[in-house]
Amino acid sequence: MGLSLTDVTVEYADLRAVDDVSLELTTGKVLAVLGPSGCGKSTLLRAVAGLEPVRHGTISFDGQDLADVPTHRRGFALMFQDGQLFGHLTVARNVAYALRLRRVPADRRAARVRELLDLVGLSGFEERLPATLSGGERQRVALARALAVEPRLLLLDEPLSALDTTLRGRLATDLRHILRVAGTTALLVTHDHEEAFTVADEMAVMRDGRIVQSGGLADVWRRPVDVETALFLGYARVLTGDAAGRVAAAAGLPAAAALAVRRSALVAAADVSLTGPLTGTVSGPLTGTVSAVRSTPEQLRLVVDLDGLGELDAVAPLDAHLAPGDPVVVRVDPTRVALLGRQSGVDATP
Amino acid sequence: MVRRHLALAGLALGPLVVLGVFFVVPVAGMVSRGFVVDGSLDVGGVLEVLARPRVHRVVWFTLWSAAAGTAASLLLGLPAAYALHRLDLPLRRGVRALLLVPFVLPTVVVGVAFRQLLGEAGPLGFLGLDGTPVAIVLGLTFFNTSVVIRAVGAAWEGLDPRPGEAAAALGATPLQVLRTVTLPALRPALVSAATVVFLFCATAFGVVLTLGGLRYSTIETEIYLLTTNLLDLQAAAALSVLQLVVIVVLLVLAQRLRATPDPTVQRALPRPRCPRRGDAAVLAATGLLLAFVLAPLLTLLAGSLRAGDAWSLANYRALGTTGDNQALLVPVTDALLNSLRTAVDATWMSLSVGLLVAVVVTRRSQTPSERRVRAGLDAVFMLPLGVSAVTLGFGFLVTLHSGVLDLRDSPLLVPIAQALVALPLVVRTLVPVLGGIDDRQRQAAASLGATPWRAVLTVDLPAVRRPLLAAAGFAFAVSLGEFGATSFLARDDRPTLPVVIFRLVGHPGELNYGMALAASVVLAGTTALVILAVERLRVPSVGAF
Repeated sequence: MGLSLTDVTVEYADLRAVDDVSLELTTGKVLAVLGPSGCGKSTLLRAVAGLEPVRHGTISFDGQDLADVPTHRRGFALMFQDGQLFGHLTVARNVAYALRLRRVPADRRAARVRELLDLVGLSGFEERLPATLSGGERQRVALARALAVEPRLLLLDEPLSALDTTLRGRLATDLRHILRVAGTTALLVTHDHEEAFTVADEMAVMRDGRIVQSGGLADVWRRPVDVETALFLGYARVLTGDAAGRVAAAAGLPAAAALAVRRSALVAAADVSLTGPLTGTVSGPLTGTVSAVRSTPEQLRLVVDLDGLGELDAVAPLDAHLAPGDPVVVRVDPTRVALLGRQSGVDATP
Repeated sequence: MVRRHLALAGLALGPLVVLGVFFVVPVAGMVSRGFVVDGSLDVGGVLEVLARPRVHRVVWFTLWSAAAGTAASLLLGLPAAYALHRLDLPLRRGVRALLLVPFVLPTVVVGVAFRQLLGEAGPLGFLGLDGTPVAIVLGLTFFNTSVVIRAVGAAWEGLDPRPGEAAAALGATPLQVLRTVTLPALRPALVSAATVVFLFCATAFGVVLTLGGLRYSTIETEIYLLTTNLLDLQAAAALSVLQLVVIVVLLVLAQRLRATPDPTVQRALPRPRCPRRGDAAVLAATGLLLAFVLAPLLTLLAGSLRAGDAWSLANYRALGTTGDNQALLVPVTDALLNSLRTAVDATWMSLSVGLLVAVVVTRRSQTPSERRVRAGLDAVFMLPLGVSAVTLGFGFLVTLHSGVLDLRDSPLLVPIAQALVALPLVVRTLVPVLGGIDDRQRQAAASLGATPWRAVLTVDLPAVRRPLLAAAGFAFAVSLGEFGATSFLARDDRPTLPVVIFRLVGHPGELNYGMALAASVVLAGTTALVILAVERLRVPSVGAF
């Protein structure tokens, strides 16, 4: 049991924002709907919340059709991208908002607020006003507010997108932990695949109003359904034809018509045949020369011109001492490439 | 630094002189008449006035009728503000424009229209409301719902719907969302609207005079009666001071109430949504308001088209005459021309002063003291809003009669007074627009080599052109309908249309009354046309305070 969407369509005057979407979300799980901005994922979330009228299809929870249930009776909670805290209320009153609506006695209310602020790591913030909080703190308060009455379903609309990168990474981990501890069923929509991977158990990829792929995190990750999905999941490029076959073979994978490669899938090392034997290098069938080198704090990022394949991205350890023109051998990390589920025959470069 | 201050002082000087000569001096002159008797200060006499039982009655009536008018305006205005700004209704813009019209309708016209509606022969005569306080409150409400709709509607339109949605998702019913999220967010706009409406109700003149007669008097009409009929200047001055004090206290209180814990309001322009079942009550209330606004106007129109027991245009044809028994010195058509000419003069005056004030007030301040000075100037130029137009008009009569300021026979006297009445409205229309221009736009222009004037032409002028036009139309309409000050200042041989209407209503004779109705229709039609044109410019700050 849990949330169930069957053939849901949401239309605006001139636009079909959500097109025939079916999804299942089991109680206790977290499902991420991942898609680029404008793909209709927020509209989908708002439809589940009861804020957008559904044109066709049914949304039901635990077997109950929600068509005639207004937003405030659905027992869900919605958390917006920018928190949408009530600016005129203190942090404590924001968190206690839903408790007040349900006439929870003051002492139990105060205890629950303390407990929730503790959970999100904001003890002692009770009397602050939202305007005095940082973006991350505001999102934590919004999360505490949403969790206050233990909603049957928590709806998260890009909960971390408004934050800067480092904070986003940290909060994503916290969010996952908090959702696990509270045992919350949650539907998360985001355009950030890192966020989806950190927080969710299951994933659905949405494009142009349709769900193009759904399943467990690892399944989707290992086998993107098409080129666009692969690129959206963070694969750097998709190889087709001869190139796909040779790189797949180098990774020890069966021949593939289309192969998605992450930026770090190709690992380059100095060519042993020219510089003499080096310990620890892995020989492989791919060889070529370095075209460009750029240093990052963690590794060298290279562009290598592979014999018969053309220029591809690759990485090397920081101590590899490579310079443009150096010959290299390139090993392929099989965990960083994915066979495409459906071939689309396009060599897409991001 | 010094140059900045000199520039500020230079720009502010003109408007300040105008305000000083044509507002402070007349009002002070009028007030001092009451305090100085036979060359010596007589405070006791003034206090004695305030102890009179009639004065107590008048003050009490002013306060409760204004409070009732404010409450009724809010009650009727809020549902309409919501429906017309948040729901996707057919003819939304047309209805919005229509509901703005009452605000600029001449008070005398509204008085006449309500008497026509509620009088013994009127369609609602059976209610027996004619000449009762209820009629006065209805009249006040008729004017001021438009203020509520404009002021609150503008804020509501830009209100981000997502906090409300978050609350609904947390389990708040629509009413709870309204109470706990929407109304707190609208509080500044609500308080502003309520304050301004109370101010307008408490200083209403024409509508109270025509509907209340001598039985029900507010401070404003009492000042009029005391000065013109009873020649009791001392009492009039005492009441003027009392009114001024009450209004200043009110404005300060409102400023306090308006302060919210978090003044930053998230602005968004959500698209209006389709009405749902739950909106039925709101739509019904809006329909009721529409009926309430249309009923007096349609009754007025119907009445103007009746002569004897038949439909006829006789009343309109008679507008070229001076009425039965020589009720007037000049034909009504002359008065109309005179009104239009006066309104043109009043418009350019209020516009030029108002623009200067708006520029001075909205320039970026570099120091806290500079900011205080600008905020102070902003408040000072709102003063005409709070001072009785009657006091102003009478003050003109008693002070502007010597030396270079001997303007009593000047054709500019009436326009100057009307321009002062319209000035706060012009300033309030322009300030949000000029204040909304990001100063960095001007800095960008300057950094690209634009002179200050050139920067103004590039950045400010395009933004302010339409609001300026709208403010002009607004000032024109206000001037056309101005009655309080004009009733003192217009000479009998050069009356404006509202003055003529008031005179016709006061004269016996069926034709005179019919002419008053016809003239009211002409005046209402003219102001309505002007305001509908203004509405087409779609400047949100028009009529919002």
